[in-house]
Amino acid sequence: MLRSSLHKCVPLGQMALLLFSPWVPLHAQALPAEEIVARTQQVLFYPGNDMKARLRMRLVSKEGSERLRELTMLRKNLPEGGQQRYFIYFHSPGDVRGMTFMVWKHPPRDAERWLFLPALNLVRRIAANDKRSSFVGSDFSYEDVSGREVGEDTHTLLREETLNGRPVFVIRSVPKDERSVDFSYRLAWIDKENFVLWREEYYDKRNELYKVFTADEVKQIQGLWTTVRRTMKNVQNGHHTEVTFLEVSYNVGLEDSLFSERYLRNPPGRWIR
Amino acid sequence: MQVHFASILLAVLVSASSLLAQSAPTSGNKKFPLRIHGFLLGNYTARTADAHPPGEEGGRFLWADERLRLELSGDTAKGNLSFLFKGDLFHDAVTNKVDGVVREAYLNYSRARFDVRLGRQIVTWGVGDLLFINDVFPKDWSAFFSGRPLEYLKLGVDAAKLHVATPALNAELVVVPFFEPDNLPGPERFFFFDPLADVPNRLLREPATTSGNSEFALRLYRRVFKSDVSLYAYRGYWRQPSFRPDQLPLPTQLRGFYPRLAVYGASGQRNLGDGLLSVEAGYYDSQDDRRGTDPAISNSQFRFLVGYQQQLANEFTLGAQYYAEVLTDYSAYKATLPSGFPVQDRTRHLLTLRLTKFLKYQTWKLSLFNFYSPSDQDALLIPEVWHAITDRLSLTVGANVFAGRRPTTFLGQFDRNDNVYVVLRFDF
Repeated sequence: MLRSSLHKCVPLGQMALLLFSPWVPLHAQALPAEEIVARTQQVLFYPGNDMKARLRMRLVSKEGSERLRELTMLRKNLPEGGQQRYFIYFHSPGDVRGMTFMVWKHPPRDAERWLFLPALNLVRRIAANDKRSSFVGSDFSYEDVSGREVGEDTHTLLREETLNGRPVFVIRSVPKDERSVDFSYRLAWIDKENFVLWREEYYDKRNELYKVFTADEVKQIQGLWTTVRRTMKNVQNGHHTEVTFLEVSYNVGLEDSLFSERYLRNPPGRWIR
Repeated sequence: MQVHFASILLAVLVSASSLLAQSAPTSGNKKFPLRIHGFLLGNYTARTADAHPPGEEGGRFLWADERLRLELSGDTAKGNLSFLFKGDLFHDAVTNKVDGVVREAYLNYSRARFDVRLGRQIVTWGVGDLLFINDVFPKDWSAFFSGRPLEYLKLGVDAAKLHVATPALNAELVVVPFFEPDNLPGPERFFFFDPLADVPNRLLREPATTSGNSEFALRLYRRVFKSDVSLYAYRGYWRQPSFRPDQLPLPTQLRGFYPRLAVYGASGQRNLGDGLLSVEAGYYDSQDDRRGTDPAISNSQFRFLVGYQQQLANEFTLGAQYYAEVLTDYSAYKATLPSGFPVQDRTRHLLTLRLTKFLKYQTWKLSLFNFYSPSDQDALLIPEVWHAITDRLSLTVGANVFAGRRPTTFLGQFDRNDNVYVVLRFDF
């Protein structure tokens, strides 16, 4: 109980610090489900003060036809309340080349999103409630890319087991507002030691399994656990998307001013290459 | 001149292709990486009505072209100096001519709080969806009504742009020494209302390129209470010409010119509920006819719009806008309008609706855009299907359907130009 109220007081951005502070005893078994999920979010979406990565997405249909997207992702954590900024630059395919996309995440309010279309030199804001929409036609939603608020679901620790030789928590998360999402609940397999999310299953409104997330390759980069290859598979239609983080570096010194309309319209060459 | 230009463009394309052969498309010299991309486009638009405009270009096809887009870009290692060249080489199958056009060609220099962009560039301001109030930059309405891809709606300006970013305020200043008018549908390919159609003798003059004639456009913007707020000011010209007859009631010659215009406006955009709210307004100060008594020149007017966009279901978005133009000095306008000319309402109301649905992992996009004016009683409906066959190859099929109760209103005059278009695009 104490920990859960602690979590409410401590901004998400400082959670990582808390996690590695030596004077906080780390008895993972004693953690409430909500905090386990919060720590997983930290590992998956918040490592480092900032991050620069080049991502390759393979979108593969059941028949095996393949589409590719390549993009540079810049992310910066702000000091307060789990706020983040994202800047994405698309390298390919041709019809989206040069497009940029910016997210200002300030939980618990809806994130703000902007898109820049270079052919028209047009900056467009994107409506707020599309967080479960597909990100660039992939099996990942916008929320899968930039994270889902911990408080949007009710989390329950179901059991502890081993998955591929790793000790894991199995957590069930049920959305508080069921109408806002495309799933009725999720099951997550979370590493007990490093809080890496190894597997996640999404169940549709008929409670049938429809999407499966797997962390296919996880390694430490600059001492931070990083899922460098991940897959989201739609088991109902056989479509899947594999995302590979080709180059990842943390704490590169991204400036706050980078995440602005100025750079959306005039992408910063030194960061996006 | 056109052939000469086409041969220059061809030379650029050929030398670029040889560069392409030597290096991978996305790499290039490490110190100054050069990227070469582009697309091949086939764009065919057929009239659905039997009536064709007289003359060589008035055939079954309103538009038909094959086009090569070449896009060269590069920047220095630090990224503060960059350039972009976008040029098209095309074969116009309606006139059977080969020609070229430089869409954009600029140098950009960034340093600390400043960006300077010099050369031909496309500038787009404002928050309207296909409705423009403070976007005073040139547009190609002929391309838009001809079923060409949307990017051809915007025309570049040969200009210098300065962007200043401070924590409190951002400013964009665009100086345009070379006037560029809108490209409007012409009589060669379109039917439209022309009250002086009997006077073919026309002399159209653009503002001379002198320092006093340069256009200035300023935009200031910042966030205010979670909203993106912009203020705008413009000093330049109407981009659609006015024509003054040499005598009335039986003119022998029309002198065309671009009257002076100043625009002052503001826009705001923010999340509201589950959607997105857009608001924009502007005052058009028709400086050569401030009292509104010159029938050849558009009167001063207020323009405003309010729009709302929301996702209704997964991958299904609705956007709606209300737009109005209100003439000032309406009685002066009515009193001086020559007899026989259609009378415009004081306020022109316009509603737009956009429905967009993505299917099959966004490889299909169904969209419908609709302009409807309850005051003019006219409309334009644009249904479109886009399909990505592969990452590189896409096919678009759509239509422009005009409707109107009177042949003199803005959209109603195009009633006989309904068309169906096909666009095939291959990216490289």
